[in-house]
Amino acid sequence: MMLTIIDLTLLFFLVVIAIAVVRIKDLFAATMLLGIYSLLSASIFVTLDAVDVAFTEASVGAGISTILALSTLSLTARIEKGHPGPTWIPILVCAVTGLTLIYATFDMPWFGDPDAPIHQHVAPHYLEASAEEIDIPNVVTSVLASYRGFDTFGETVVVFTALVAVLLLLGGRKGEDNESNQNKDEGGAS
Amino acid sequence: MIDEIIGLYNYWVVIFLMMTGFYVVIASTNLVKKIIGLNIFQTSVFILYITMGKVADGTAPILEEGITSYSNPLPHVLILTAIVVGVATTAVGLALVVRIKEAYDTIEEDEIHDQDDSL
Repeated sequence: MMLTIIDLTLLFFLVVIAIAVVRIKDLFAATMLLGIYSLLSASIFVTLDAVDVAFTEASVGAGISTILALSTLSLTARIEKGHPGPTWIPILVCAVTGLTLIYATFDMPWFGDPDAPIHQHVAPHYLEASAEEIDIPNVVTSVLASYRGFDTFGETVVVFTALVAVLLLLGGRKGEDNESNQNKDEGGAS
Repeated sequence: MIDEIIGLYNYWVVIFLMMTGFYVVIASTNLVKKIIGLNIFQTSVFILYITMGKVADGTAPILEEGITSYSNPLPHVLILTAIVVGVATTAVGLALVVRIKEAYDTIEEDEIHDQDDSL
């Protein structure tokens, strides 16, 4: 019961922060709120027994994302230029989509239900057999590195591709600057 | 009734957060703000998955003697992958924003359209 109350309270905080992010014009403040949002969701993951996810979210989601967003802000603009009031078509689209999804939740298994379909498929095998088959006490690690190793390999490929893309986008910049500077220098000399 | 509310509350909050992020993505004209909205959306999906993996009275899926009920480890694995991939895509998006700022000298979508006469 205690956990449920903590869970409900933390989720309520998340809602408040999300609304604040929508309304605030200062992008620096919005980025900071997003960091708090990530940290709060990490606490929610702890209450929902996902400790590995919690510390990944706290370090990668709250840490690295915030740093990336702040460095982007330092290269661009800090204040969002205002647009007049809420725009009705997006609100309508979001409301309709949201209501459809809420309608769909009535078919979902209830929170914490041990008989939910998700707990009947491969998960029992992981929990029962991984101690013998993989011999690592943390089941999440066994699944991540062994049973679903190809997934993790795919993830590594995605991260590598993203790194290459960022380097291509931002790495070439200095070269161009140098070239244009050189051109200017040459132009000035001639 | 109260049981139903507690049983589905997590999903409803997740849907609200998801739609908030979606609203920021489609209604905001600032490109950095759009990416912030995308992050809100993304984190709400993570909470959806982890909520489904929770078993009442279960504990974290780390094998220990004397414990019989564990939460489902599979969503945790999927979301670990998703968090890292999410940060990678955020990095690419923000790098694109930096380049757009250099090319157009603005990160407001409507001003970019004005410069291009594309809308």
